[in-house]
Amino acid sequence: MQLPRPNAEVIARKAEIVARLRAVLPPTAVIDDPAETRAYECDGLSAYRCPPLAAILPGSTAEVAAALKICREEGVPVVPRGSGTSLSGGALPTSDSVILGLGRMNRVIETDLANRFIRVEAGRTNLSVTGAVEGEGFFYAPDPSSQLACAIGGNIAMNSGGAHCLKYGVTTNNLLGVTLVTMAGEVVEIGGPWSDAGGLDLLGVICGSEGQLGVVTEATLRILPKPEGARPVLIGFNSNEVAGACVADIIRAGVLPVAIEFMDRPCIRACEDFAKAGYPDCEALLIIEVEGSPAEIDDQLARIGEIARRHDPVELRESRSEAESARIWLGRKSAFGAMGRINDYMCLDGTIPVSALPHVLKRIGEMSRGYGLDVANVFHAGDGNMHPLILFNANKPGDLEKCEALGADILRLCVDVGGCLSGEHGVGIEKRDLMVAQFTEEDMEAQMRVKDVFDPDWLLNPAKVFPLKASAARRGA
Amino acid sequence: MTTTSELDLAERIASATEPMRILGGGTRPVGGAVPGEVLDVSGLHGVTLYEPEALTLVVRAGTPLAEVETLLAGEGQRLAFEPADWRGLLGTAGKPTIGGMVAANVSGPRRVQAGACRDALIGVRFVDGTGTVVKNGGRVMKNVTGYDLVKLMAGSWGTLGVMTEVAFKLLPRPETVATLLCEGLSPEQAVTAMSDALGSPYEVTGAAHHRGSGRTLIRIEGFAPSVAYRAERLCARLARFGDWSPIGEGGGEWQSVRDVVAFHAVPGDVWCLAVKPSEAPGVAARAEAEDALFDWGGGRIWLRVGEGTDLRTRLGPFAGHATLIRATAETRARIAPFPPEVPPVAALSQALRARFDPRQILNPGLMD
Repeated sequence: MQLPRPNAEVIARKAEIVARLRAVLPPTAVIDDPAETRAYECDGLSAYRCPPLAAILPGSTAEVAAALKICREEGVPVVPRGSGTSLSGGALPTSDSVILGLGRMNRVIETDLANRFIRVEAGRTNLSVTGAVEGEGFFYAPDPSSQLACAIGGNIAMNSGGAHCLKYGVTTNNLLGVTLVTMAGEVVEIGGPWSDAGGLDLLGVICGSEGQLGVVTEATLRILPKPEGARPVLIGFNSNEVAGACVADIIRAGVLPVAIEFMDRPCIRACEDFAKAGYPDCEALLIIEVEGSPAEIDDQLARIGEIARRHDPVELRESRSEAESARIWLGRKSAFGAMGRINDYMCLDGTIPVSALPHVLKRIGEMSRGYGLDVANVFHAGDGNMHPLILFNANKPGDLEKCEALGADILRLCVDVGGCLSGEHGVGIEKRDLMVAQFTEEDMEAQMRVKDVFDPDWLLNPAKVFPLKASAARRGA
Repeated sequence: MTTTSELDLAERIASATEPMRILGGGTRPVGGAVPGEVLDVSGLHGVTLYEPEALTLVVRAGTPLAEVETLLAGEGQRLAFEPADWRGLLGTAGKPTIGGMVAANVSGPRRVQAGACRDALIGVRFVDGTGTVVKNGGRVMKNVTGYDLVKLMAGSWGTLGVMTEVAFKLLPRPETVATLLCEGLSPEQAVTAMSDALGSPYEVTGAAHHRGSGRTLIRIEGFAPSVAYRAERLCARLARFGDWSPIGEGGGEWQSVRDVVAFHAVPGDVWCLAVKPSEAPGVAARAEAEDALFDWGGGRIWLRVGEGTDLRTRLGPFAGHATLIRATAETRARIAPFPPEVPPVAALSQALRARFDPRQILNPGLMD
């Protein structure tokens, strides 16, 4: 992975920069010992590592502003970091950068049930936002699978989704406002506990900008009343095509499940071996979850069952209890763990039009055989967000490179059929150089203009999103 | 000046020397006066792609909204955000277009549950102020590849670029609709009742109160057994506020809320406010409005006030913002129609416009 040439002047001035940061932050909030900064050398994409110059852990918006102001004056790149769970290297440092960790900023600032919002500091974890309101019967809808660990600030940076976004949308659809600190150290309030912008929708472009426009320190989030209940049905088919057709028929019938998860045979097998969830031996498995009162759930599951039976399923198992529901979800939820046990793997994240599903799965199978690397598929079928898992052996020379090449081919395939490189993980460092497959120079130029406005010196979260060649002139490289 | 293709539009903008006023159907003349020649984009017409099983529509920006709604209804689907028709409110003729709807980020009562126009928008093509064609987003509903200019374009009123094609996530039309009506509530009681309904697990898809008639409406949509169950539960839950009676689908009632029919052909300026629902009754009272329509459970207030009223001065600071939607040209020249932004936000917005439209030729001044 190519990183920009580090600024030697910045590295040479490390002591002065650290001293200036210490002057505005508490003593324990500035970390510069190489043994300790190593903890920040990578995020969830651990194949790429680079220790930062230093790490800072501010405790307030004012501290973030003071630190950013210094970094800008010193010309130091800053990498904002929530919990470091990014799967695309969104929080990968450069050797001349300061990591700005939000971990100490995790308070709930305001909870307003009547107006259905909560305001939190951006270091708060996704699941603990729901934790703060579930006793009152509310929840925060976006549910990335890392929700136990991942921070709201990171969710906003990557516009994170989750299994339930077919019904509830992704982060941008549930975000009402942010406090944003610009690289110049200016604190800007954008949006608030009301709906829609009065002028340009700046919030809309901040969300998903991968921490490159500013550091979000607080967020106002929409919370929703919890449904009365939820139950899944598991349906097995003997071909991917038939499973895909069944999903299309369900959507055409006007049923809008809260989640439609799809697993192919390699994935089913690995999960079954690992979790013993009792999945049938078949080519494709759907887990479809619906919400409502017990009678409403029965009614919707009956409609889904009627449609599925027209496609000759090899198994159709409706959950009747909490225990059965947990068992149906068990395999799916342990899919990544199951893969990790048998192999190293790379998890892709492209989205495709759902109509292209059978074609794409067939092509992935062919590519997988061509490269001699197995691929297991698990994905959100309702919205076409694929998660192909490429299995490889990190200890075998050349395997990682082969895996990266296959991954790039699969993502280009997603773009070719009308989809995109990333549905929910973000571009980060991982897919930066593939942006040219999806966007023209003009398309990227338009995006980079937004960056120019918010961060004219291009110091925030360097080396992510845009190919280095495309951004070279702006970075003075 | 009219255009019928993206390429032609790009050439015209690239070679333009004077400001241009972008025109779709011409049904939403909101904002500051725009000098310059009219650029009519209603010729960018037609559906590019419709995949009902993928809940996806791609359509050229000049296509009439009504045409799209008819097409979708034929497949049992719809634009879930319930776009409003402002012709009656603003006394305009013409046909609302898809591009105009997106440029104004127009949403109706269902916004409270299904999100706004900007939430359903998943892709956009536009020509910026230099005449460059740009695409962003795409045709898939989960997409975080690169910055989200799609949201930025929604509600930008043609000041960043002229949209040529847009893509939407659609939703199925429900099998059944039920509307509950309660008469005689005050705005305070109505907003409390609506908040209670919206905080229930019954997925209310509309919650509105009209002060003038004292009518409060709650809507539920879905499969018949579910709607029946939820209507019954809501009537019981909300009984402490008054008597709620089912009035069938209530389609006409919701169209009236959506299009603000109460203010049609009645003199007075019309303002649209975004507020915290619980503060809506107080804000409306301070406005000394002649009439008030509370939508989105109180999160949006339509106010009718005397001509020339400087409502922002009258209200003082509040959490939210106010837009002047209907007033004479003289009033709109005196009172900024769009909410003034705090300096750092205004600086960012101006800098974005300067980057996307460096010569200030696309609807200049409309949002100032």
